[in-house]
Amino acid sequence: MKRYRLIEHTADMGLVAYGRNLTEAFANAAYGLFSIIAELRTVKETESRRLEINEDDPEALLFEWLNHLLYLFDVDMIIFKKFDIIDFDGHSLKATCYGEKYDPSRHKLKRGVKAATYHLLKADREENQVRVIFDV
Amino acid sequence: MPQWNGLLEKIDDYRWRIPKNYKAGMRVPGIIYADEALVQQIQREQSPEQVANMALLPGIVNYSLAMPDIHCGYGFPIGGVAAMKTDDGVVSPGGIGFDINCGVRILRTNLTREEVLPKIKELMDSLYNSVPSGVGSKGRIKLKPGEVNQVLVKGSRWSVEKGYGRPDDLDTTEENGEMAGADPSQVSGRAKERGTLQLGTLGSGNHFLEVAIVDKIYETDTAGVMGIDRVGQVMLLIHCGSRGLGHQVADDYIKEMVRAMVKYDIQLPDRQLACSPVKSPEGQAYLGAMRCAANYAWANRQCITHWVRQSFCQVMDQDEKATGLELIYDVTHNIAKIEEHEVGGQRQKLCVHRKGATRAFPVGHPDIPPKYSRIGQPVLIPGDMGRFSYVLVGTEQAMKETFGSTCHGAGRVQSRAAAKKQLQGRDVLEAMKTRGITVRAGNLAGLAEEASQAYKDVSMVVEITRRAGISKPVARTSPIGVIKG
Repeated sequence: MKRYRLIEHTADMGLVAYGRNLTEAFANAAYGLFSIIAELRTVKETESRRLEINEDDPEALLFEWLNHLLYLFDVDMIIFKKFDIIDFDGHSLKATCYGEKYDPSRHKLKRGVKAATYHLLKADREENQVRVIFDV
Repeated sequence: MPQWNGLLEKIDDYRWRIPKNYKAGMRVPGIIYADEALVQQIQREQSPEQVANMALLPGIVNYSLAMPDIHCGYGFPIGGVAAMKTDDGVVSPGGIGFDINCGVRILRTNLTREEVLPKIKELMDSLYNSVPSGVGSKGRIKLKPGEVNQVLVKGSRWSVEKGYGRPDDLDTTEENGEMAGADPSQVSGRAKERGTLQLGTLGSGNHFLEVAIVDKIYETDTAGVMGIDRVGQVMLLIHCGSRGLGHQVADDYIKEMVRAMVKYDIQLPDRQLACSPVKSPEGQAYLGAMRCAANYAWANRQCITHWVRQSFCQVMDQDEKATGLELIYDVTHNIAKIEEHEVGGQRQKLCVHRKGATRAFPVGHPDIPPKYSRIGQPVLIPGDMGRFSYVLVGTEQAMKETFGSTCHGAGRVQSRAAAKKQLQGRDVLEAMKTRGITVRAGNLAGLAEEASQAYKDVSMVVEITRRAGISKPVARTSPIGVIKG
């Protein structure tokens, strides 16, 4: 099953991520985000971070989920590639995210992503897919 | 992206109106500055709808405006200007964007093309090594715990006090590089963490450092006041913003305002337009934090300026005085400011949102440096990396029509994916080489996404602002060396 597809936007980039459920779509959106930032093939899973997020609704949860990962990338320089989300109820989630610290000798960064935006943001529980536009 | 089929009325050759009755809830009409050809291009995407959406925001006065470099943003269009009443209007963090105080500065030099060209490779290497750039770049500056708070309040002055640059740099920076009303207690710990690591970095995307030469002077006297003396003179441009600190401030407050909209009973079609009354605790907290991010961006460009001077001195083997590297001006193009403007014949305090738009104040305005009082505020319009950049000045017409604003750049016409499909980074690099431009770039994919073809022609954009009277071209520069993050 395809994890995500990129969508075109004049100044920025976006994606639609799929899953068998919304939990999986959230994980795939995060995978898509880091695929925009870096070449993930050479990234190992040697580092991990645990996250716990509570928000008002699934859209706010998605916004915070992706932006929290971008914050961690900025401060710890971890390129994440695997996302184990547990206890997902559409308003809150717990996750352990795996990746590796950026190593210029082995990793290729492709472009910076400033943030996930609310523009056209959607977390669709019926279709088990999410849509997000990034500011790049 | 689907074609926009909304209602657009021609006012004159350079102004198009979206009438107030186009969409329910519009409080004012929209105006787009464009000529016939450009307006057709603009309607190929949904940016006019975003102009109409800006007009839905409470307290907006006169018009919801779009400069000719308008293109689709998220929430607000890029190239959007909206002014809200401060007593019962709103401030919208999305109307400033994630890169708070993304801006441009230009430095003049005493050097000529002939002097610099033989050393351009060495110069670009030196600049590339001294100014950290690229995705996730970390700064050379080590801030002590808590020191970032001083950067957030003092902005450029912090940098100058630490030895990055000269006191007179502050005189020629918008807001003197130190916006009043910055409140570090409104900036989250996460934002400060990001900011502590990244001070003095260029970043990536469309941010750049460019060595350029003056290739046309339109207004000799005005140019002379700025120290732009002759064709062939070398200039230096810096384009960057507030890095992760600004992005985090925007994240934090968009989230907060999405919640606050329920409390203030504001309904909008796009959450990215989330806003709160200027006078509300949320609005005031955001403005206090936004000013911190703005000051951080000025401190950032100021530190980079210092390293640029060092590189020039070293490579050209001259002292700073001889190189004549003086800051002509520094403008922000993503910001909200409390300014006084005329609305319905009365002076009013307004919260002016400029998202991808530049302040363009006229001759004699009290907010521009005394040095430029008789010529008007310098406005800096970088083109895409292969083409021209412009120095303009603000006009009285801009004051009357656009809350003293004009365009900010070329404006994208092609998505990054589309640009990359057509071009490889290597091709772009070759094409630039052929045109005599030395490029240093962190990665080639990023380079392809920023290719000239992905942008409108900046000359056309500038020409429309001239014909509409909202700014006046003074000089044009053309790149000989570019650093891309």
